[in-house]
Amino acid sequence: MSREPLLEVRDLSVTFPSEAGPVAAVRGLSYHVMPGEVLGIVGESGSGKSVSSLAVMGLLPSRARITGSVRFRGSELLGRSDKDLSAIRGRGISMIFQDPLSALTPVFTVGDQIAEAVRIHQKVSQQAALRRAVELLDLVGIPNPAQRAGAFPHEFSGGMRQRAMIAMAIANNPDLIIADEPTTALDVTIQAQILETLRKAQETTGAAIIMITHDLGVIAGAAHRVTVMYAGKPVETGEVDDVFYRPRMPYTLGLLGSIPRLDSAEHLPLTPIEGTPPSLIHLPRGCPFTPRCPMRIDKCEQIEPELLSMQTSGTGHLAACHRSIEIEEQNLQSTDIFPAPVIGPPAAAGIPRDQRPVVLELQDLVKHFPLVKGAILRRQVGNVYAVDGISLDIREGETLGLVGESGCGKTTTIMEILNLKRPASGSIIVLGRKTAQMSDRERFAIRRELSVVFQDPMASLDPRMPISDILDEPMRTHGIPDAERSSRIEELLQIVGLSPEHASRYPQEFSGGQRQRIGIARALALQPKLLVLDEPVSALDVSIRAGVINLLEKLRTDLGLSYLFVAHDLSVVRHIADRVAVMYLGKIVEIGNVDAVYRLPAHPYTQALLSAIPLPDPRKERARRRIILQGDLPSPANPPSGCRFRTRCQKFAGELDDRQRQRCIDEQPLLRSPDNSAEDHLAACHYAEGYAVLEDVAEMTS
Amino acid sequence: MDAATQSRSRLAARRFMRRRLAVLGLFMVLLFFVFAYLGPSFYKWKFEDQNYTSSLQGPSVEHWFGTTQNGGDMYALTMRGLQKSLIIGLIGALISTAIAAVAGAAAGYFSGWTDRAIIALIDLLLVLPGFLIIAILSPVFEGHTWHIFVLLLAAFQWMITARVIRSMTLSMKEREFVHAARFMGVSDWKIILRHILPNMSSFLIIDATINVSSLILAEVGLSFFGFGVQPPDISLGTLINDHWQSAGTENGYQFYFPAVLLVLLVLSVNLVGDGLRDALDPNAKVGEQR
Repeated sequence: MSREPLLEVRDLSVTFPSEAGPVAAVRGLSYHVMPGEVLGIVGESGSGKSVSSLAVMGLLPSRARITGSVRFRGSELLGRSDKDLSAIRGRGISMIFQDPLSALTPVFTVGDQIAEAVRIHQKVSQQAALRRAVELLDLVGIPNPAQRAGAFPHEFSGGMRQRAMIAMAIANNPDLIIADEPTTALDVTIQAQILETLRKAQETTGAAIIMITHDLGVIAGAAHRVTVMYAGKPVETGEVDDVFYRPRMPYTLGLLGSIPRLDSAEHLPLTPIEGTPPSLIHLPRGCPFTPRCPMRIDKCEQIEPELLSMQTSGTGHLAACHRSIEIEEQNLQSTDIFPAPVIGPPAAAGIPRDQRPVVLELQDLVKHFPLVKGAILRRQVGNVYAVDGISLDIREGETLGLVGESGCGKTTTIMEILNLKRPASGSIIVLGRKTAQMSDRERFAIRRELSVVFQDPMASLDPRMPISDILDEPMRTHGIPDAERSSRIEELLQIVGLSPEHASRYPQEFSGGQRQRIGIARALALQPKLLVLDEPVSALDVSIRAGVINLLEKLRTDLGLSYLFVAHDLSVVRHIADRVAVMYLGKIVEIGNVDAVYRLPAHPYTQALLSAIPLPDPRKERARRRIILQGDLPSPANPPSGCRFRTRCQKFAGELDDRQRQRCIDEQPLLRSPDNSAEDHLAACHYAEGYAVLEDVAEMTS
Repeated sequence: MDAATQSRSRLAARRFMRRRLAVLGLFMVLLFFVFAYLGPSFYKWKFEDQNYTSSLQGPSVEHWFGTTQNGGDMYALTMRGLQKSLIIGLIGALISTAIAAVAGAAAGYFSGWTDRAIIALIDLLLVLPGFLIIAILSPVFEGHTWHIFVLLLAAFQWMITARVIRSMTLSMKEREFVHAARFMGVSDWKIILRHILPNMSSFLIIDATINVSSLILAEVGLSFFGFGVQPPDISLGTLINDHWQSAGTENGYQFYFPAVLLVLLVLSVNLVGDGLRDALDPNAKVGEQR
């Protein structure tokens, strides 16, 4: 610790005025970053992690009141003029934002924008700057950089834009890069590419990185040190191993316990943190986590704890809790502190799968969207092959996880199911009835048995309706008598863990997690048999997520529901699903029992997908060998011939010889059981071979 | 009234009150209504009274706005005209916004043939000269009632609003709560009336307010040329028509009173409209000031 810290933040506080009163977004944040170090800042939305980094950059609006000290290479940044700071921004400190689309100007080419960033801080000619831009694009892994530099931002995919942002950020060899949720908007395989690019960029420039994210997995692999923030304050900070393996603040413990683990075959219960983060407007005295903390004592409500040094851990491990000494002495785990509900298996699980009735069946379902050109004379110029022949079935009491990245066709699939119309080709069979042969009356009747929970809890409830009306709507539509309805509304609210008094309130008075519970209650109103869950937890904060997952599990057991669980998060699917189907570009590439697929994924895409997901476990993360896929998802309007995955396939690129490759190009692989796999496991690859992506890791660490 | 509606309307009211001009406009509009409907009952003369002994008198304590050639009381006449203009503006605006809401939402929600038919109708009505058509049709309702006239005015007013509502519906029907209602089997028209239009209510309120002033102007314009409100009914337009020649003469008051009142009325309604937009539209920047 003899070196000087590169950036030192002391007692930083940021307050915004608002109509309701001052909002204390950051309250006394201190941290330092050494040269070349990666500091992770973790927190949920509203914890002040982004605001604090904007304060460091001097990018907050002038109405924000900022106090404390931010010293960069020993000189104070706070209170400097915008012009002074401009000399540092980009050159000394640069920033990568979450949304790469809005961070690039749409009217200039990507190359020009990077060249501009170069020329602001370096006296070079336009030509030299453009050459440098091409070099940088090459460095961040954009293919054909010289040609792509002339492209406009909209011609880039999300992942490529984020690479361009990284190129811009490292254009002037900054000493510090602040990455604010750099991969949140991206798919997992693209996230893996970007994290790899960042790592490479850091190696080349030797810059320190502040990585701001809500994803503990990303932090575990990338950071040296971690600061956990809650309600504008750091609550725990230390070396990444200390924080992940020896967390001493109940919030950190709860956070770590609430993430479903991709790498655990046994079904460990998740420990949800009850309640919601406090409003930052009128923070009560004492520890802001008190109302949600199962270990609270009277002192917690009186005095806000300071960061205290932990004895048994490495240096610099601090936790802000009155009882952290106790936690340390007894080495308490999240399951010791947070009550984890014990949820039994569904009643149907006792009956063998093939004896249970089929709730939903898809046979060769096809959905193509025509591409049309021309305003008056509309002519079809092609097709988007959104869903191109998929078959699956869900039996009673079963959960099928449908996973894949954005653009793979999973949303189109569930929309086709929910529309209950005759599909373009193939068939949809709900509870033994083909949708193609249904009359309108039958279709209406079957809607009672099939309901849906959407992804975005903000958008799925009509803001103009009180909760009672929202829950009432399906029952009113299906003619349930008045007397039953009002008692059913109370019952529904209780089932999902809300109280009947909530019925008269409006959606905007609830937090995201509560709204999602209301959405679930609405879906249950008519006692359906099958629930379609469209990314039900991906819009929620980590600590809230576990509660909703537990609720879904409990409902499945109590009410004997079947789920079609659509998600891009493979860890959640492993936790909740019995079977999983992996989609790629409108096709199912692998389907089977969850344990079989996760233990020995046979399709190269599944392997890459599993390998791309960061684990919230620093040691495993460091030891992992990652399969990084090349490029982006091809356009579904023009899919590759033969096997659709071959353009990005690591097996195609590496292991196969030319004759084998020719087969991938010519022949579409069909779903079949891979040689070395158990039953109920099919993969669509000519050269399917199980590869224990996740266990490989475990061996390497042990 | 529930807590959220209450707090939302209270917030809107607070934002509205912050706009001094809008409050002034609202006050003026209310004043116009009070005077137009209650004023005559506290006034000595009725609008049909004709006192031939006192024709063409200037404003006085006896005749506030003076008298006409026939000895009619100008104040009583103006208030009567104001009544008609206000009611035509109000009813016409409500009808026009209602047509726009239903047609626009249907076009956006159903798409396909419904959409194409409604868009074609909108385009057709937009190129037709509404003023001329009402003028040509005026003999049809002459001597009957002004109700047909209001309907015709509204029929040429709704198109632009309907287009806006159509595009708002296009984006709103992809919202998840609309999907949710569809997937639970709620019928299309119920979805439009229960979910889509209520979520545009602030736009509809603003639009109706602004329509009031443009309909008043349209009515006055048509009536001025003798195509709108027909005698024995009186509106501000017919009054201006009857007396415009007196402008600039010593009897100019006959023209100036109704004309200035008209300008003030339209101005006040527009101020209220602007204020409502700032108060109800979350994208308006004014709410953040101070």
